[in-house]
Amino acid sequence: MKTLLSKPWIWSFVAALSVWLATIGVTGGASTVGLSQAALTFAAFSVLVGIGQMFVITLGPGNIDLSVPATMTLSGTVALKYMDGANSLILHGLLIAIAVGIAVGVLNYALIKALRIPPIIATLSMSFIVQSAAIWTNRGLRIKPPQVLADFTTQTSFGIPNIALLALLISVIAWVLLHRTPYGRWIAAIGQSLPAARMAGIAVDGNRFVTYLLCAILAAVCGYLLACFSGGAALNMGTEYLLMSIAVVVIGGTAVAGGDSNVPGIWGASLFMFLVVSMLNTYGLGAGVRLIMTGAIIITVILLASGRKAATR
Amino acid sequence: MKLSTDTLRLIVPVVSLLVLLAGVFYLQPRAMSYNGLNLLFNLAVPIALATVAQMLIMAVNDLDLSMGTFVSFVACVAATYLHDTPLLGALILLAAIAVYAALGVIIYLRDLPSIVVTLGMSFVWAGLAVLILPAPGGTAPEWARAVMISKPPLLPMAIIASALLAIFAHLLIMRSSFGVLIRGVGGNQRSVQRAGWSILMARASAYALAATFAVAAGICLVGLTTSADANIALRYTLLSIAGVILGGGEFTGGRISPIGAVIGALTLTLAGSFLSFLRISPDWQIGAQGAILIIVLALRLLLNRLESKGGAA
Repeated sequence: MKTLLSKPWIWSFVAALSVWLATIGVTGGASTVGLSQAALTFAAFSVLVGIGQMFVITLGPGNIDLSVPATMTLSGTVALKYMDGANSLILHGLLIAIAVGIAVGVLNYALIKALRIPPIIATLSMSFIVQSAAIWTNRGLRIKPPQVLADFTTQTSFGIPNIALLALLISVIAWVLLHRTPYGRWIAAIGQSLPAARMAGIAVDGNRFVTYLLCAILAAVCGYLLACFSGGAALNMGTEYLLMSIAVVVIGGTAVAGGDSNVPGIWGASLFMFLVVSMLNTYGLGAGVRLIMTGAIIITVILLASGRKAATR
Repeated sequence: MKLSTDTLRLIVPVVSLLVLLAGVFYLQPRAMSYNGLNLLFNLAVPIALATVAQMLIMAVNDLDLSMGTFVSFVACVAATYLHDTPLLGALILLAAIAVYAALGVIIYLRDLPSIVVTLGMSFVWAGLAVLILPAPGGTAPEWARAVMISKPPLLPMAIIASALLAIFAHLLIMRSSFGVLIRGVGGNQRSVQRAGWSILMARASAYALAATFAVAAGICLVGLTTSADANIALRYTLLSIAGVILGGGEFTGGRISPIGAVIGALTLTLAGSFLSFLRISPDWQIGAQGAILIIVLALRLLLNRLESKGGAA
């Protein structure tokens, strides 16, 4: 029990669970299954982009990828346009989405490295260009996703949404990558001290490059799935995931200063973020109050989390 | 002739602005008039104010991701309370500035990541804005309207306002002891502390001053648009960060340039007009802004290289 409580990720789950109970309490358990499934589905999308962002944030102060929403929009748009609703082209569509991710990731890191721009500005400038490309490709078209894929993203297996299972699989891979491979150790070392990591002979540039690539690919895949889930790509579909991807990482217990990351926490935080919104909806609060509460809760969680860290030191 | 580092820092932003301006005049000679200039730079005034606000936050090594929502919130207050009941409106805006100062204190005392705290605050400001003005509307205070549409002799309002802002911010931040203190906190917090200054006061006043500039940005914006909307200034967050960087500022070390920041904001605004004169499809407008950002940063790198080479020889 004590070891469980000392895990940094436990708090995001405690928070998610209490919000879940508070919501169920109001509805009298009427929508328990529906609420849980919706929470898992929407959390899954946040988890996918959150994991990518987490790897980037692990690299240390100043590392953050602002091109996530634009990448999601572009990959969703291009992939749907290519598939044009044909079931036989699903795999091609996925490959195209991944290719979009690779392209954005390579360009992001090229800017960071070649121009020595801070990652925030590099990914920001890149996101402007990617967003433009998405607007240009989209042109107000609303192409339906292939039926098989739309069904896959909206249906459940064994009562759990397929998307959530997929996100779980990717989370496990991410966890293994982070804690059981040299790559995970390397990026944690880079995040803790870049000069020390370089002295220790770690290929700093190579590892940072792979990390930005990974983040862009995950964002692209998430955009592909989200576009299919919501029945078509929209130009603003990535917008909320910019703040979301950062928020879930930080609330999940990953150190913002880098070098210490946490995969399970992202799940807790993603569930929490969705459940808060649906709880406030259930209480029948207006959009304004809902936003204020969301902000207040984020700040409270951060304050509590910082107090916890100070106590253990 | 030996140029100072501060001057060198300014060369790239000034040259980029002049090149863009020359481009606009070449494409559209009619822009080279009183009215033409006013139209070109009208919307730059609030952006420049927001950029100076962001610059103050960046001077103490923080980043404000709530700038856009905060300016929107101020615009909503200005178009409602400040117009109907000026006293109440002014009190609300003062309270908002106090909140910013409190944020500066909390971020320092609990050693919180500013990115996350301001991220949370962006929800709060957005929620308050929606509560105040659920649908676009309101009326700008007459005096704000009068100032923004006034036509002083010789030079248009937009140019005079930008120049005054640049000079004022320069004197305040580069030439006053208060400015040195704030930049010192960004450069080396510990040594400023050892020298006997209160870091708490310095950070609180940097945040409060930033909020004051942001409030001015919101009021100017409403003066131009005559009415407000809860989403009116959302893009200011990214524009203000880009403007600071474009103007020669950096994320860390308290290295900032107020004149550069104002010029950076003007450049970003002008980039939009330049592109529409080039008849680039509106789809690519955002992307081209990203491209201009990248080009300017590449130029700066080139200049820095030349400078360090000259120093070695």
